[in-house]
Amino acid sequence: MPDVVDVVLRCVLVLAVFMVLPLVIGQMEHKAMAHMQSRVGPMAAGGFHGWAQLLADGVKFVQKESITPVAADRRVFELAPAVALAPYLVALLAIPLGPFFGQGNLIGQDLDLGLFFVLAAMSVGVLGTLMGGLGSGNKYSYIGGMRVAAQLMSYELPMVLAAASVAMAAGTLSLVGIAQQWEPWWLITQLPGLIVFFVAGLAELQRPPFDAPLADAELVMGPLTEYGGMRFAMFLLAEYAGILVLSALTTVLFLGGWAGPFSDHIGWLWTLVKVMAVAFLVIWARVAYPRLREDQVNSLAWKVLVPVALAQITLTTVLVVA
Amino acid sequence: MSATEIVFLLFAALAVGSALLAMTTNQLVHSALWLVVTLGAVAGCFVLMTAEFVAWVQVLVYVGSVVVLVIFALMLTRQQSTISAEVTGNRWTAAVLGLVAAVGLGATVISGFHGERIEGHRIGTARSLGDALFNDWVLPFEILSGVLLAALVGAIVISRSGTER
Repeated sequence: MPDVVDVVLRCVLVLAVFMVLPLVIGQMEHKAMAHMQSRVGPMAAGGFHGWAQLLADGVKFVQKESITPVAADRRVFELAPAVALAPYLVALLAIPLGPFFGQGNLIGQDLDLGLFFVLAAMSVGVLGTLMGGLGSGNKYSYIGGMRVAAQLMSYELPMVLAAASVAMAAGTLSLVGIAQQWEPWWLITQLPGLIVFFVAGLAELQRPPFDAPLADAELVMGPLTEYGGMRFAMFLLAEYAGILVLSALTTVLFLGGWAGPFSDHIGWLWTLVKVMAVAFLVIWARVAYPRLREDQVNSLAWKVLVPVALAQITLTTVLVVA
Repeated sequence: MSATEIVFLLFAALAVGSALLAMTTNQLVHSALWLVVTLGAVAGCFVLMTAEFVAWVQVLVYVGSVVVLVIFALMLTRQQSTISAEVTGNRWTAAVLGLVAAVGLGATVISGFHGERIEGHRIGTARSLGDALFNDWVLPFEILSGVLLAALVGAIVISRSGTER
């Protein structure tokens, strides 16, 4: 019986993280972006510095009518937001938060192959945007969908290669194992891999500066053009959940997860702090860099990231064998 | 019949059903998306047979890359309004060939692994797969990678032969 309670408790916890942290990241994006652009961001909703802005947005989205265009491929169009959102929840199941006051590791389920599980789940998530682009029956969505597909094919490879480099250095594919094997000098030897992983992750999530598929100045909103109401809100939530998964994965793989003072007790707090710091970088990148042109997006992947990732793997091999 | 076997049968039925839908639907995009369901169901079967590594790599490579590649090729070669399957006379030939291949492969697998049980020992972990690949089967593995490299070079040569570069 305690087993069942344990499983239910872990699932509820993962669900709670999935419901809360993306909203926190969203609010951080509102405020951080505003201050970087010399404005204050939302201030009214909820009173203190507009903390309830996203809840207010949610209420607004619920009230809107969900429209399916006549030209749309109905089932594909309506399924797309769920396909975009659900995999990130699945991915969170296998990402460890670290030791919790000496009570063992805070994680949904410690998988022997956690790294591949999370990468596989992330690769399914991006199908949602592709389905939106194909199913909307709109030429802007369609062009956006093509850009999504091209971008995905280019960035999947460097991302997996960079992750494989860390797995080789740690000698395991378990996320808990990788974080436990982490040593501070990885910050130097795995630095190229870290950069490749982070940049490829940004591109996989279609976050600026890699938002050529959405490109609101040329494609209206790309694959999301025809979406409104709750379905659009689900895509938005999927974007923030994606940032959360990418940040958590970067933290666990490259930044040592819960490594820090008193990590036996407050390790989970260290993980959260690092995840939020990486999420802040994701937001910063949006404000700091202009959007890459479509050909630049692809040449960056094939001419820079893939060679760097291969060099990183060679370096890791030499270090592991030597 | 244990719970695992029931779930396995469900996944298998899902895989076969969605594969049939992928072959019979008139819209190519739907075919590609049903293929995603098929591949996912097969990955589920792999998990139940303790071959987790194969399952996740299947999702990562086939759903994440191959299906995306298929959809990309569809989008590049067709007009948006006419993405529908052309039914040619080859359909029946393909069906017969597919059936022959399925029967042949099925017979091979059944004659090779008939009556074997996988209870008790985990055969599909990363460690056991790595041991098998790089200790027992290292020569076939390396030859296979050489074949793939040759195919890659060949594809580049063919795709560039028409241009004056």
